[in-house]
Amino acid sequence: MTSETKKTVLSIKDLKVDFETATGTINAVQGVDIHVQAGETVAIVGESGSGKSQTMMAAMGLLASNGRTRGEVIYEGRNILGLPVGKLNKIRGAKITMIFQEPMTSLDPLYTIGRQLAEPMVVHGGLSWKAAKAKALDLLKLVNIPEPERKINAYPYEMSGGQRQRVMIAMSLANDPDVLIADEPTTALDVTTQAQILDLLADLQKRLGMAVIFITHDLGIVRRIADRVYVMKTGEVVENGDTGQIFNRPAHPYTRMLLDAEPTGHKLPVPDSAPVLLEAQKVAVEFELDSGFLKPRHVLRAVDNISFSLRKGQTLGIVGESGSGKSTLGRAVLNLLPAGGRVVFHGQQITGKSRAEMRALRKDMQLIFQDPFGSLSPRMTVGQIISEGLMVHEPSLSGRQRDERACQALEEVSLDPAMRNRYPHEFSGGQRQRIAIARTMVLKPELVVLDEPTSALDRTIQKQVVELLRDLQKAHGLTYLFISHDLAVVRAISDTVMVMQRGKVVEAGTADAIFEAPKCDYTKELIGAAMLTQQQMMETA
Amino acid sequence: MLRYVFGRLLGAIPTLFLIVTISFFLIRIAPGGPFDLERPLEAKVMENLNKIYHLNEPLWNQYLLYLQSVARLDFGPSFYFRDFSINELFAESLPISIQLGLSALCLALIVGGILGVAAALRQNRPADYSIMAAATLGVTIPNFVVAPILTLILGVWLGWLPVGGWNGGAFVNRVLPVVTLALPQIAVVARLTRGSMIEALRSNHVRTARAYGLTSYMIVVVHALRGAILPVVSYLGPAAAALLTGSVVIETIFGIPGIGRYFVQGALNRDYTLVMGTVVVVACFVILFNLVVDLLYALLDPRVRYD
Amino acid sequence: MTLTATSSAGAPAKGRSLWDDARDRLLANRAAVASIIVLLTIGLISVFGPILSAHHYDTVYRDYVKVPASLEAYPKPEQVEPGFMSSAKRARLTVETFEREGDTIVAKVTSSRDIDPRAVLYFDRSDLFKNTELTDMSADNKSATVRADINFMHFYFGTDANGRDMMTRTFIAGRVSLTIGLLATFVAISIGVLYGATSGYLGGRVDQMMMRVVDILYSLPFIFFVIMLVVFFGRNFILMFIAVGAVEWLDMARIVRGQTLTIKRQEYVQAAEALGVADGGIVRRHIIPNTLGPVVVYMTLLVPKVILLESFLSFLGLGIQEPMTSWGVLISEGARNLQGAPWMLIFPSIFLTSTLFALNFIGDGLRDALDPKDR
Repeated sequence: MTSETKKTVLSIKDLKVDFETATGTINAVQGVDIHVQAGETVAIVGESGSGKSQTMMAAMGLLASNGRTRGEVIYEGRNILGLPVGKLNKIRGAKITMIFQEPMTSLDPLYTIGRQLAEPMVVHGGLSWKAAKAKALDLLKLVNIPEPERKINAYPYEMSGGQRQRVMIAMSLANDPDVLIADEPTTALDVTTQAQILDLLADLQKRLGMAVIFITHDLGIVRRIADRVYVMKTGEVVENGDTGQIFNRPAHPYTRMLLDAEPTGHKLPVPDSAPVLLEAQKVAVEFELDSGFLKPRHVLRAVDNISFSLRKGQTLGIVGESGSGKSTLGRAVLNLLPAGGRVVFHGQQITGKSRAEMRALRKDMQLIFQDPFGSLSPRMTVGQIISEGLMVHEPSLSGRQRDERACQALEEVSLDPAMRNRYPHEFSGGQRQRIAIARTMVLKPELVVLDEPTSALDRTIQKQVVELLRDLQKAHGLTYLFISHDLAVVRAISDTVMVMQRGKVVEAGTADAIFEAPKCDYTKELIGAAMLTQQQMMETA
Repeated sequence: MLRYVFGRLLGAIPTLFLIVTISFFLIRIAPGGPFDLERPLEAKVMENLNKIYHLNEPLWNQYLLYLQSVARLDFGPSFYFRDFSINELFAESLPISIQLGLSALCLALIVGGILGVAAALRQNRPADYSIMAAATLGVTIPNFVVAPILTLILGVWLGWLPVGGWNGGAFVNRVLPVVTLALPQIAVVARLTRGSMIEALRSNHVRTARAYGLTSYMIVVVHALRGAILPVVSYLGPAAAALLTGSVVIETIFGIPGIGRYFVQGALNRDYTLVMGTVVVVACFVILFNLVVDLLYALLDPRVRYD
Repeated sequence: MTLTATSSAGAPAKGRSLWDDARDRLLANRAAVASIIVLLTIGLISVFGPILSAHHYDTVYRDYVKVPASLEAYPKPEQVEPGFMSSAKRARLTVETFEREGDTIVAKVTSSRDIDPRAVLYFDRSDLFKNTELTDMSADNKSATVRADINFMHFYFGTDANGRDMMTRTFIAGRVSLTIGLLATFVAISIGVLYGATSGYLGGRVDQMMMRVVDILYSLPFIFFVIMLVVFFGRNFILMFIAVGAVEWLDMARIVRGQTLTIKRQEYVQAAEALGVADGGIVRRHIIPNTLGPVVVYMTLLVPKVILLESFLSFLGLGIQEPMTSWGVLISEGARNLQGAPWMLIFPSIFLTSTLFALNFIGDGLRDALDPKDR
C-alpha cells in the first residue's frame, strides 16, 4: 500500500447508473470514483441498496436492460464503458473476471464443471477443448478441490456451495486476469467455508499478483483482506482510504455507524432459582428422504436426542451451520413437527398433543422467522396480521379492542401505529421483522423461539433488532430460544449457548465459557472463522 | 436407463386396463346401438348380427371377450365398416395421420422455436410485439377457419396447391394440411419459448457466461436455450400425441384418409370396436409420448436421472 | 429506517394492497385495457343487440337469400322492378306500366281474368313491398292500378343461405357462445379448485391417489369424452357444457394443487400455525387469497378454450341446433359458403377472434399484473 509506484490497472471515473422503471428513474449510482492498482485488494463496503454491486456490474457491461450508464471506466488507458459487446468481450473473462454472490446458481446446471471451466479458455486463449480441459484440471487443483479428476466431470448440483465457489474462482483465474472482481463471494456460505474461501483468495492473490476488487457488506472480511476501502451509501462513495485508517479513524458518520454496528452487549445468566419454563428430553426428529412406492426407506436424523432445559428469563442461543438441525429443533420444541422424546412446558407435557389440544398453549409459545419477506401474509394488512392471533386466543375482544392492542404492539416495536392499514410489501426488511415481532408480542407470550431473526438484515438493522429484542425481554420477562449461525449476534443476546452439528449437540455451556474457552474442535473452528475479525476489531476499537 | 423404460412400460399396463374398462362401459351405457338405423332391420337379421358380434351375450362376457382380443392386439371387426377389421382400418389410416402430425410437429418446433427466441432477444421491442400478436392470432383463430381461407387463396384463386385429397402423400397435397395443423402449435411453441428464454437470459448462469465474454452463440444457444427448451418439451408430449393421432377437422376439410375421422364416425354410429380402438391408440400415444418427454428431459438436464 | 413511535393512533394511513397494485399495473397495460373495452362492447352487443335489432334472429327473408353485407338499404334500385314483376306474375297480373315515385311503386296491371282484390297479398308477402293497394279498378275488373310502398330493410352483415339477417344471428350467437364459455369455465374452475386444494392441502397418500386419477383421465382421448357426453345428454346445450366443464377441470386441479403445496410451505402459513390458527382460518385467510391470482388468470384463458371447443363441436355438427346458433355454427356455415358468400364467414369470425384475442390479452395482462417478477 505504501509503494506509490504501483500502476493503476482499473479506474472508474464519475460513474453514474440509472434504472428506468415504470415508476420513474432510479439513480442507483451517483458519480463514483474508484481505482485499483496492480496486486492490491480494494474493498467496496456498503449495506444493501448502496449501489456497490451495480457499480461493478455497470463497469463490466452486465446491467439489466433498463440500466443506463454515464462516466468512464478506464482499463489500459481506454474507456471500456459502453464498448460494443464484441470489443468488451476481449476484456471480460480474460483480463477482468468476476465471482458472484450466488454460488448455487452462477454455474450452468446443465454442463459439467470441466466444460464450463474450459469455455473461457477456448474463447479467449484460443486453446483447443482438449488443452483447455487439461488446464481446467490444473485450475481445480489450484483451488484445492478434492478429487479433481473426478470432479471435472461432475455437474454443479453434485457439489456443495463452497466447492462451487471454488470452481468459480478457478474459472476467474483461467486466463491470468489483471483484475478479479468478487461480488459478495462468501455471503451465501457457512462461516467455516467462508474462512476457507477467503484464505484461498488471499493465497491466490499473493501467488498470482492480480488486483482484487472485493464487494461486501461484512466489515470483518474487509479488515481481514483489504488494503484499501471504499465505503458506499445510497449510490455514493462517502469515504475511502487505507484499511487501517478507515477502521481506526473513520471520518464519515456513516462509516462510524457501520463500524459500530456489530451487535454488542452481554446478558447475565438467570439465577438458578428461576423456575424452569421448558424442558426438552431426548428430542429427536427424523425425515424420510425420497420416499417412493418401491424405494428403500432412507432416513435422515435431523435432530438426534437433544435435551436441555430453559429457565424463565433465560436466552438459550443455538448455534450451527446450515443443515445442523437447529431450526428443526426449534420447531420440534414448539410441537410444530412430529418429534420423538418429551417436551415439558409449564409442567405440562406437550409432545404428542394434537393441533387442537395445542391451540390454547400457542398463546404462550411463539415463533419468529428468518425471512421477514416470507413470514407475513402478502395479502393482509399489518393490522390484520398482528391481530390474527388475538382472534384465536382472545375471541371475546371486539374489533376495536383488537385494533387498540395492535396499535400498542406496533408502538412497542417502535413502528407508527398509523401504518397498520398498510401491507407488508410496503415496508423494508427491518420494519417487517418488527411487524413479525409485534405479531408475537401482542399475545404476551412467555417463550419465544427466534429462528435466525436477524440473518436476512443489514448489520445496522440487525443491531437495532437485537436491542429491541433485549428490551422486550427485560420489559416482559420473556424466555428466548435464539437460533442463529451468526456468532456475534448470539453472543450479544444469549446467556447460554448450545453448538449443534449434524443434529447433535457438540458443546453447551454459558456464553462466556463457550466463547472464551471453547473445548470442542468444531466450536473452536466456528469461533476461529467468525471471531478472528471480531477480536481484531475489538483490539483496535 | 433401459430398466427405467421397461418399468414405465410395465406401469402403463394397469393405466391402459383402466382406460379400456372405463371407456368400454361408458360407451355401452350410452343410448342407441350400432344397428339402430333409420330403417329398422328385420328381426331375424338383427338377431343374426347381434350373434355375430356377440351383442346377445351378457355385457360382462362381452367385456372379457374384448379384453382377451385386445391382449392379442386384435381390436375386432368394425360394426360400421362391416367388411373391415379395426386393425385393417388403422393400418391404412394411422401411418397417414402420423406422417401429417410429425411434419406439423417438426414445422411447429422449428418455426415456433426460432420466433420465440427472436422475440425473447428483442423483448419489448416492435419485433417482439409483432411476433407475439401473430402468435396470439394463431392460437385464437380456429383451424376450420384457417383451412378454408388458405384453400381459397392458395388453392382456388392462385391455383398453386391442390384443394384437397391425399394423392398417396404427394408433397403438394401435404403442404396445406401440414401448415394448417402446425399454425396453432407454432403459436404455442413461440409463446412458451419466448417466456422461458426471457427467464433463462436473466438467470445467474447466463450472467456468468456474459461476464466471461463468451460469444453470443454460446450464451444464447448453449447456455440459455438448452434450459429454456425444457417447458416446451413438456408441452410437446401431449401435443405430439394429439397431433399424431390425427385431426378430425383437417382430415375432413382436406379429405385425407387419416385416423382422426374415426373418432367422430365411431362414436356417432356406436361402432363400439372402432371407438374402443381409437381410445386405446390415443392412450398408447399419450403414454408413449409422456415417456419420450421424460427421457428427453433426462437427456437435456443432467439433474434428472433414471437409474 | 428507525421510526419513532407517534403516540397518536388516529388517522391511520390507508395502505395499498397487492390487489390495488395489480389493478394499477393492469390499467397501465394498454393492450389489456383495450381488450377489456372490446370484450365489454362485445358482451353488451350480444346481450342487447338482438333486442334492438330490426330483425329477429330466425326470420327468413326468402327474397334476400345470401345478400352481401351493405350499409345501404335493401332492396337495391335494380332489384325493385324484377321483384315487382315476379310478384305480379305470381298474382297472375300483367304489368302494363311501371313507375317508381320516390319510395312508392305505381303500376297499371291487367289480367285476362277478374282481378281478385286479394292479389295485393302476393305483393305484401314479398319482402320487398308493403302497404300494397289496388285502386282504379276498371269496370270489367280486368285492369287496375297497384300502389305499393317499398319495404326498406338493412342487412349490415348480409344474410345467410336461408335469408336470415347475419347481424342479429351473430349477436344472438354471441350470447350463446359467451354463456357457454362462462358456464363451462365456472364448472371447470369450481371442480378444479375444490379438487386441487383438497389434494394439495391433505397431501401425502391421498394427494398421490387423487393426482393419479387426474393422470389417468389425462390419457383418455378428450374428444371421445366430449362426444360421449354429447351422446348422453342429447343436444341440451346447458347440460352439455356443464359436462364440458366437468372435463376441462384437470389443468385447474393441477395448478391449484401445486399452488396450495407451495403456499403450505410458506412461512406465513407456518406462522399462522404457530399462532394456533385453525385449519379453516388458514385456508380462508391465507391459502385462498393467495391462490386466487393464478385461478383468475387461468379462468380468462379457459373461457376462450371452451368457446373454441364449442365451435369445434359445432363444426362436427354436434353443437347448438337450429334455429339457435353460436359463433362456431355460423363460422362452420360460413366456411362452407366461403366462395359465394364470404361475409357469412367474415363477421362471425371477427367477433369470435376479437373475443378470444381480448380474453388472451386480458389473461396475459392479469398474469403480469398479479405476478410481477420484480416483486
